[in-house]
Amino acid sequence: MTRPGFALPKPAESRPGPGQDPAAPEPLADDATVDLTAERCGAGVDQILDALDSDLVGLRPVKTRVREIAALLLVDRVRGRFGLSAGPPSLHMCFTGNPGTGKTTVALRMAELLHRLGYLRRGHVVSVTRDDLVGQYVGHTAPKTRDAINRAMGGVLFIDEAYYLYRAENERDYGQEAIEILLQYMENHRADLVVIMAGYAERMETFFASNPGMSSRIAHHLDFPDYSLDELAAIGELMLREQRYRLSAAAEATFRDYLARRMTQPRFANGRSVRNALERARLRHANRLIAADGTLGKDDLMRLEPADFLASRVFSA
Amino acid sequence: MTERWSAGVLHYAEMGYWQPDYVPKPSDVLAAFRVTPQNGVPPEEAGAAVAGESSTATWTVVWTDRLTAYDHYQGKCYAVDPVPGHPDQYIARIAYDLDLFEEGSIANLSSSIIGNVFGFKALKALRLEDMRIPPHYAKTFQGPAHGIVMEREYLNKFGRPLLGATVKPKLGLSARNYGRVVYEALRGGLDFTKDDENINSQPFMRWRDRFVHCMEAVSKAQAETGEIKGHYMNVTAATMEDMYERADFARELGSVIVMVDLTAGYTAIQSMAKWARRNGVLLHLHRAGHSTYTRQKSHGVSFRVIAKWMRLAGVDHIHAGTVVGKLEGDPNTVAGFYDVLRAGQAEPDPVKGLYFEQDWVSMPGVMPVASGGIHAGQMHQLLHHLGEDVVLQFGGGTIGHPLGIAAGATANRVALEAMIKARNEGRDLLAEGPDVLRAAAKRSRELDMALSTWGDVTFDFESTDTPDVTPEVSTVPTGA
Amino acid sequence: MRITQGTFSFLPDLTDQEITSQLEYALGRGWALSVEFTDDPHPRNNYWDMWGLPMFGLADAAGVLHEINECRQAYPDWYIRVCAYDSRQGRQTVALSFLVNRPAAEPGFRLGRQEATDRRLRYTIHPYALDRPAGTRYGPP
Repeated sequence: MTRPGFALPKPAESRPGPGQDPAAPEPLADDATVDLTAERCGAGVDQILDALDSDLVGLRPVKTRVREIAALLLVDRVRGRFGLSAGPPSLHMCFTGNPGTGKTTVALRMAELLHRLGYLRRGHVVSVTRDDLVGQYVGHTAPKTRDAINRAMGGVLFIDEAYYLYRAENERDYGQEAIEILLQYMENHRADLVVIMAGYAERMETFFASNPGMSSRIAHHLDFPDYSLDELAAIGELMLREQRYRLSAAAEATFRDYLARRMTQPRFANGRSVRNALERARLRHANRLIAADGTLGKDDLMRLEPADFLASRVFSA
Repeated sequence: MTERWSAGVLHYAEMGYWQPDYVPKPSDVLAAFRVTPQNGVPPEEAGAAVAGESSTATWTVVWTDRLTAYDHYQGKCYAVDPVPGHPDQYIARIAYDLDLFEEGSIANLSSSIIGNVFGFKALKALRLEDMRIPPHYAKTFQGPAHGIVMEREYLNKFGRPLLGATVKPKLGLSARNYGRVVYEALRGGLDFTKDDENINSQPFMRWRDRFVHCMEAVSKAQAETGEIKGHYMNVTAATMEDMYERADFARELGSVIVMVDLTAGYTAIQSMAKWARRNGVLLHLHRAGHSTYTRQKSHGVSFRVIAKWMRLAGVDHIHAGTVVGKLEGDPNTVAGFYDVLRAGQAEPDPVKGLYFEQDWVSMPGVMPVASGGIHAGQMHQLLHHLGEDVVLQFGGGTIGHPLGIAAGATANRVALEAMIKARNEGRDLLAEGPDVLRAAAKRSRELDMALSTWGDVTFDFESTDTPDVTPEVSTVPTGA
Repeated sequence: MRITQGTFSFLPDLTDQEITSQLEYALGRGWALSVEFTDDPHPRNNYWDMWGLPMFGLADAAGVLHEINECRQAYPDWYIRVCAYDSRQGRQTVALSFLVNRPAAEPGFRLGRQEATDRRLRYTIHPYALDRPAGTRYGPP
C-alpha cells in the first residue's frame, strides 16, 4: 500500500546525503574540468588546517591525517559534481591517546572542517561520557541516548572514554543498550551525524575486540602520541605568552627540568599538567612579589623566576 | 499668592496646569493630545487648558480649591511640542495622578479624560492621540477574558491566523436561511462566522431563533470537519438585562463565543467581559461607530486609545483594520493598533504613532480582527502586514464565490495555509506571494476560481489617518 | 472523510522534505519539538500520547524526522502530529502543530442531538472510531 506524502520512506531514502542533494544540478559532462585550487579556497579548509598547524604544538601524525581526510572529502565532493559519488562516506572516528594530548581540541576543529566541506550541516560538538548515555534502571537508557544523539544531529557526538559503555562483568548493565542504539544511528544517519570516540588506546582496543560491530563502523583511527619534552616546553611557552608572562633565562632551564621530572611521575596529563604547573608557578610568583614588598616594574610582574618552580614537590620526590 | 486666589479669571497656565519641569511619576496616567488652538491662544495655555478641563479646573478661580491638596489633583501639562508640517498643531502631554480615577472603570477613565474638554471654545480642534496606562492602574482591570494564547488553546488552532466571515446580506435573512450560510461557510473551512453589528433582534429575525439555528449549523460543521467551530452570537440589546439573557442562552446552547457592539457602551462591555470570563465564553467586540470620532486626524479620539481601553475592559477580539481592505487604514498606523492589542510591552514609535511606552504587566493580548473588503488574492499582503495572531474575515470574499459558500471558505483556507507554509519555508511573501497562490490554486479548484474572480480588486485611496512621521522606506505594498 | 486539524490540513499531505522545512523553521525560532500520536480524533482531545519527551536544545531537524518515522512504524494507522512549543514569557504555548500521519480510512463523527427544553438541543460529537476499543480502532479489523 503506497501513500504519497505521508508514505513511510525506506531508511536509505529518508534524507539526502551530502552527495545527493535533490536540488543539485545535472552532473558535469564527461569532458568538463574542475579547478581544484578554486574548490579548496571556496571551501575555506586551508584556514582551518593552517590554524591547526599553528595553534597546536606537535601532533605531527594527527595533523597529517587530518589533512589527508580533508583531501579525501574535497575530492569526494568534486567527484560528486561529476555524478561519481559512492554514497555518503563513513566519517566516524576514534581518537586514542593519554589525557591532555589534544583530542577534544582536534575534535572541535574536525567538526568545523566537516561543516566547511559540507558534510555536517551545523558543525557543533556535543560532548558526552557514559553517564550521559546510560541509565540506572530499565527503560532509562534509550531516552538518554536518543536525547544526546538528537542534540548532536547536524554535528559531532564526542564520546569520551567510550569503552566504559561496555561492562563485560555485569550482564545487567544497560550500556549494551546504548551501544545498540549508537550502532543503528551510526549506520543510518551517516549524512546527519559523526561520532568520535576517545580514550586510552589499550582500553579502546579491548572495547573494539568485544564489539566488532562498533569497530567496523569506525572509518578513521587517529592516535595522539604523548608530547616530547621539547613539545611540552613549547606548549608552556605558548600558554605563558597568551597569559602575558615570560620565563627568565634561568627559569627556562628550571622549567625544562621540572617537565622532565614530572613526565616520569604518575598521572601525567600532558598539556593539562603543563597548564596546572603554570597556574601554581603564577601563585608562587605573586606570593614572592608580595613578600619582597618593594616597588615593581612591568617586567617584574611578567617574569617568572626559578624559585617559582623549585618549590614544587616534583623536585623533592 | 493672594493673586492666585483672588476672585476672577486667570490663565490656566498660571493656575499650575502648565508645569514644564514636572517629571511624570511611574504611577501617573499620561495622555497625549493633538491640540489646534484658536488664533491668539498660546500653545502652552491651550495645553494647560486641556489639562485643567480634563481634571480639576473651571473657568474662574474658586476658593473651594483651597480645601483640597489641589496640586496633587490637578492635571499637569508637562510638554508641548509643535507637529512637523502643521504650524497650527501641537502635541500636549499631560500627567494625571492615579487618585483621579476609580479602579477598574473604563467609564470613569473616559469621562475623566474626554468627558468635558473637547467642546472647549479656546480650541479649534482636539484629538486624544495616545495614553500611557501605568501598571498600578492596569492591574485594577480584569483584562481580556481569555486572550490570544487561551483562545488558541481553547480552539486547538496554532501557527496560523484564524478565518471568519460575516453573514451577508447584512440585513433581511430569516433565521433558518441565516443558519444555512453559517453551516456552509464553516464546513468549507472557516473557523468562525459572525453576526453583523446591526443584527440584534429585528422583525425579520429574532435573536433566539437565530441562536438556535446557528448552533445547529456550528455543530454539524464540527462533526463534518473534526474541528472546533464558532459563530459570534451578537448579544447587544437595549438593556443590560436583555444582554445577560441572550448571552446566557448562547452559553447554554454551547457556543464558544459571543459578540457585542461598541455602541452598547463601556459599562456594558466591561460587564460582558466579566461574564465572558466567568462563563468561559470568548467575547468578540465589533467597533461599531468608532469611525465617527477616530478617523479624522485633527479632532476626535484615535482608535489606538479605544483599543487600549478595550484591552483593559476585557474583550478577546476587536476589529482593528486590514490595511488593504475597503475601510480606512494606513499601514503604519494599523501596525501601531496591532501592537497596542497584542504586545506585552511597547516602546514609543513615532512611525507607528505610539507616543508612550506601555507595559501591560502580563495582561493577555487581544486578538485583532481584520475585516472589510479583503479576499484570498491578498493573503500574502495580509500576512505580511498583520502577522499570525489575527482573525481574517472574508465576508463577501466567501459568500460571493461562484461555486458557493463552502467553496469560498475552502479557497480562503487553502490560500492561508499555503501562504503560512511558504513563509515558514523562508520565501519572501511580498515578492513571491502571487506565485505561491497560483501554485496552490493548481491543487485547489476553489482557490483557482476565487483568484480569477477577485484577483485584481484593490482599494487604493489616500488614507486620512496617517502618522506625522513616515519611515525612510515605504512599507505600502504595491499591487495585489 | 479527512479531519482538518493541524495547521496544514487543507494542503496535500506534506512530504518528508516539507516536514523538515517546517521543523527547521521551528528550530530557528528556538521552539522545542515533540511528536504525539492518538487514535481518538475528537477535537477536544487535547492530550495525545507523547512519543518520548519533547526535544529541547536541538541544532538540527534530522533527529526529529527519525522519531517521526519511528512513530510511524510503531503506529502506522494512527494520527501522528508534530508540535513546536514556544516557552517565552507571555506565550508558553504551542506555536505550530500539524499532522504527519493519518489512518488510511477515517470514519468521521456522529452528531448526537439530545432534545432538551423547547427547541433546544444538546449537541455532542462522537468519533465513530471510538466504537471500537483502544488499540483496535484503525487498521485491519
